[in-house]
Amino acid sequence: MTAATTGTAKAGRTRTGAAGPGRNAGGRTNWVPTVILLIGAVYCVLPVVWIVIASTKTNSELFSTAPFAPSFHGGFFSNLRALFSYDHGIFIRWAVNSVIYAVGGATLSTIVCGCAGYALGKYRFSGSVWLFRLIVAAVLLPQIMLAIPQFLLLAKLGMTNNYAAVILPQLVSPFAIYLCKIYAEASVSDQLLEAARVDGASEWRMFASIGARLMMPALVTVFLLQFIGIWNNFLLPFVMLNRDQLFPLTEGLYGLLIITGGQAAQYTIVIVGVLVSIVPLAAVFLLLQRYWRVDLVSGGVKA
Amino acid sequence: MKAPRRRHTLLPQILLIPAVVLFLLFTVAPGAYAIYLSFMKQKAGGGLFGTDNPTTVFAGLENYRAAFGDAEFWHSIGRMLLVAVIGVPATIGFSTLFALCLDAKRTRLVGFSRLAIFLPYAVPGVVATLLWGFMYLPATSPIGGDTINYFGSHTVFFAVANVAVWGVLGFNMVVIYTSLRGLPRELFQAAELDGASELQIALRIKLPLLAPTLTLVTVFSLIGALQLFNEPTTLKPVTNAISSTWVPLMRVYTDAFVDNDIYRGAAASFLLIVLTVAATVAANTVLRLIARRSER
Repeated sequence: MTAATTGTAKAGRTRTGAAGPGRNAGGRTNWVPTVILLIGAVYCVLPVVWIVIASTKTNSELFSTAPFAPSFHGGFFSNLRALFSYDHGIFIRWAVNSVIYAVGGATLSTIVCGCAGYALGKYRFSGSVWLFRLIVAAVLLPQIMLAIPQFLLLAKLGMTNNYAAVILPQLVSPFAIYLCKIYAEASVSDQLLEAARVDGASEWRMFASIGARLMMPALVTVFLLQFIGIWNNFLLPFVMLNRDQLFPLTEGLYGLLIITGGQAAQYTIVIVGVLVSIVPLAAVFLLLQRYWRVDLVSGGVKA
Repeated sequence: MKAPRRRHTLLPQILLIPAVVLFLLFTVAPGAYAIYLSFMKQKAGGGLFGTDNPTTVFAGLENYRAAFGDAEFWHSIGRMLLVAVIGVPATIGFSTLFALCLDAKRTRLVGFSRLAIFLPYAVPGVVATLLWGFMYLPATSPIGGDTINYFGSHTVFFAVANVAVWGVLGFNMVVIYTSLRGLPRELFQAAELDGASELQIALRIKLPLLAPTLTLVTVFSLIGALQLFNEPTTLKPVTNAISSTWVPLMRVYTDAFVDNDIYRGAAASFLLIVLTVAATVAANTVLRLIARRSER
């Protein structure tokens, strides 16, 4: 993992989806890969398409009409109404909570990991090598398995059941620090820093106005990775929270399924809830996908 | 790389403070506390009728013996491994296949396919499981749930693995594809001039060069598989095929929160962390060796 610097520098040039020049120039369609990819695409999209269609149906239609035939009898709007009025509109609360956890957590995490990565990448001081080794080792430690010990400790201190209990344990990501460190090494040039030093800039100023700016691609990637990680985290809020007012969407929907699990009559609420929780994230995701650099992930750990 | 000139500055230390403090508080301390708890046990209260407050006393290896001797704990590990054995090769195999197809010449609809396959990554694991749960349920299934039993004693492993694969396929594909685009194109052109077919180039040249990336995504998938919790937990309400101790993390959760034996839960949890780290290090070593050999 230590030889990764060159990997990032090289991979840093290609963007996630950048097609090479003239990649499809001339010639007939190559059917085999095209068809394989389309099968893959259908597999990935099919459940989402189904949920969109299913959410247009009323409960009786759900069980009686063809699976992929949408209904236009107003089922969609009554389902939405049922979802948003369920338990005095707690669904909206869950959505807001999810945003608080994911945006708050990812922002703070990016700052914490970006600072640490810059410090480890651009400075040598006593203990820095040792500290970096510890972080690389911690990459192997599955964070999710710490959720229960984290709960036990926080419960002992009486600090569970609040926003901080869900956000704080997720702020330090060894992988994110590692990513920021190697990116800082590769992209923040020493000559530039030296020139700034000669011009009399303080170390802090150099970090804030040169380092942080040059590290932006890595920071965006870390933000998105952490955002998705926190948005998707189930176990940590599951153990930390027992007030449904604090639940994120995932917890809330799970709770809805438990409550309605016995009675198929309530399925439409869960189905439309699933749809509503996918759409905004998928939209943001599709919009941002050109900005986030999966290549950093692959280049970052290239041995 | 030359180390930056030494200067008297405390900036790096200051920048590291938040990360180090949070790391100590939320990784080291909980870990240490779990180890401590794992060696303790609750002793029923003394007093004439046992009504005094229960006390915590040293238990030695009792909790570990209990965890080791507990058949259900091993069964849960077995089920987790079974899902991993199905899911990890499927994830790596299909994401590599798709990446190679994306990279192949004259493939059409590349943008659409890439986006479509990547889309599930934006769907939270729990929501993905709910989604597939409806796909599996006989009453609502659009994919023949009334003729296929997705929750049979064998099929349930495939059902769980499928949800996990669906969620991570696209991410792995993009990582592999990106690394593929970073390879020197001249190599492929040279092979083409020598008369190699598209398939031969993919199998004999591209695939071996991808070895380091494949190592990485395999290790990540393995770590993911060991943490299996969301999918079985979310599917549990809709099927009897999944027990509350189906996989190790569910077992630990049940120990700690349902049976209220946090000491046994802590022991099982620590055991699991040790097993995971050992498995990850082992997998990493083996895969690195393979990768190195294929690079020669």
